[in-house]
Amino acid sequence: MLMYMLRRLLQMLPVFFGATLLVYFLVFATPGDPIAALSGGKPMSPNVEAALRAQYNLDQPFWIQYGLYLKNLLTLDLGVSFSGQPVADELARAFPVTARLAVLALVFETVFGVLFGLIAGLRRGRFFDSSVLVLSLVVIAVPTFVLGFIFQYVFGVELGWARPTVGSGAPWGDLIMPGVVLGLVSFAYVLRLTRTSVAENMNADFVRTATAKGLSRSRVVRVHILRNSLIPVVTFLGADLGMLMGGAIVTEGVFNIPGVGSLLFDAILKGETPTVVAVVSVLVLVFVLANLLVDLLYALLDPRIRYA
Amino acid sequence: MPDTQHTTVPGASEAPSTPRTGKISKRRIEHFVAPLEETPLQAVDSVREDSEPLGFWAESWRNLRRQPLFIVSSVLIVLVILVAAFPQWFTSVDPRSCPLEFARMGPQPGHPLGFTYQGCDIFARVIYGAQSSVVVGLFTTIGVVLIGGVMGALAGYYGGWLDAVLARLGDIFFALPLILGAIVIMQLPAFRESRSVWTVVMTLVIFGWPQVARITRGAVIEARNADYVTAARSLGLSKFGALVRHVLPNSLAPVIVVASISLGTYIVAEATLSFLGIGLPASVVSWGNDISSAQISVRNDPHILFWPALALSITVLSFIMLGDALRDALDPKSRKA
Repeated sequence: MLMYMLRRLLQMLPVFFGATLLVYFLVFATPGDPIAALSGGKPMSPNVEAALRAQYNLDQPFWIQYGLYLKNLLTLDLGVSFSGQPVADELARAFPVTARLAVLALVFETVFGVLFGLIAGLRRGRFFDSSVLVLSLVVIAVPTFVLGFIFQYVFGVELGWARPTVGSGAPWGDLIMPGVVLGLVSFAYVLRLTRTSVAENMNADFVRTATAKGLSRSRVVRVHILRNSLIPVVTFLGADLGMLMGGAIVTEGVFNIPGVGSLLFDAILKGETPTVVAVVSVLVLVFVLANLLVDLLYALLDPRIRYA
Repeated sequence: MPDTQHTTVPGASEAPSTPRTGKISKRRIEHFVAPLEETPLQAVDSVREDSEPLGFWAESWRNLRRQPLFIVSSVLIVLVILVAAFPQWFTSVDPRSCPLEFARMGPQPGHPLGFTYQGCDIFARVIYGAQSSVVVGLFTTIGVVLIGGVMGALAGYYGGWLDAVLARLGDIFFALPLILGAIVIMQLPAFRESRSVWTVVMTLVIFGWPQVARITRGAVIEARNADYVTAARSLGLSKFGALVRHVLPNSLAPVIVVASISLGTYIVAEATLSFLGIGLPASVVSWGNDISSAQISVRNDPHILFWPALALSITVLSFIMLGDALRDALDPKSRKA
């Protein structure tokens, strides 16, 4: 297990360096001058321009620039936004909100996705199965922002079950509806994945053996079918964090949530390239770390993985 | 046969008729299994020798035609493509003429869906908006399949250091989720000023190819060790020739399925980028832009948002359904069931 962890950690390093290099390269090496964009296209005095270039290390050769950017990223020195606030502070304020939103979405999609997928897989071809399948296709096809508007309109405005926008401080109660919207697409994927996997495992030899040796149906389902069906679901949840981060930008925009997504969204609208790079890099770091965690969890669930 | 339980084998019944010397057993050989002619097995086992055996693609096509999911989705897709190619066949109203006096009005004669916040005809905009979604989806898919397919096939087929390098490269792009990566690119000054359908396609291809590469790699690895590849190689076909002639055609099925489903997700991604204001420029008539501009009045006039959203969802749904139907038809494992 220790060897496996070490190997995974080592594999993570090139991915982390590669991804940050990619982001940095795309932003600062593509045509178009980010410094010129800072001034909104108006001519700048040479002194100001030189100062700005020094501030973003653009007067250095590319590799040194990248090294300094990495150092700043790892020490969470993320620069200053247009409003004069350190980006790290803004991120520290926004991050807990988005984390709460993501936790709600993950809990929703995992609990309901696995539950519905299990029932559908056990009753393959029946009414519940086909209706849930159609429903999942519809959920995948409707973009998150449209789902957000529908939920906001139906549950927030018409029915009044939830507040249509999130109040200050983003309490847990206000975040439930946005969390469900954010998790809906992944819920559909988890459901379909669980269903396929359960239906496959139902015909597996070990399930027949378990039934033949007289175990109760509930024990067969819980221990033998469900546990083995969870392996692909756990893998998916790791990759899904990336989708949630993309979705969070949209969901936070629709429900007016002061999270990382809206921080990024505002930075995009204002053309604050350095802030965008800083926030995206932190998100990539979170994503890579989360996938490492998922890989370790995966090895715990399935001992065969460790020796592969 | 009068008595099924004591039938004799054909040779044995003739035996007594010929004169023989010595002790011949008069005992009839007992059979406890019904003779072949009386079982339904013959019907099952019968092979029509005159009929040509169907190839993989012909058999898949036969399976596909029977699926209602396939029929529904392909009819919808043909309709969407027709609308995208010839919008003028479906409406004579100009989607760009937006007289403000009609703003937010309900359905009128000749304008079945009413008007937007700006006074544009919603029906005409929904019809003309199909084009950009279809173009983005189609060309992104083509680009992704070309780049991802080549990368994945080379990595899976040759293995070794090439595989290691390409796999790491794919991992790096994987660490940057589609929407996040697209945001980084599309907000750059260079892209901001020259936004078009093609910049969106390019961005989605850059961050979409690793997925197809992974699928192709897996399929190629599965196919490259098959007996027919060994046979072709031992008959003198070059290594690259075997890849093109035998391995690639046999790894196509999963790629086609993923391509169809991804086409739907690329359309959603384009709409999401347009919604964030960094996708297609506002001058392009597209569903994503229309949904985005409808959000300011969503509380009072939800119908302005509803129609482009419905058109978008139905289009995406039909591509995903097509992918599902293809998966069922192309998977030999599910075929016998």
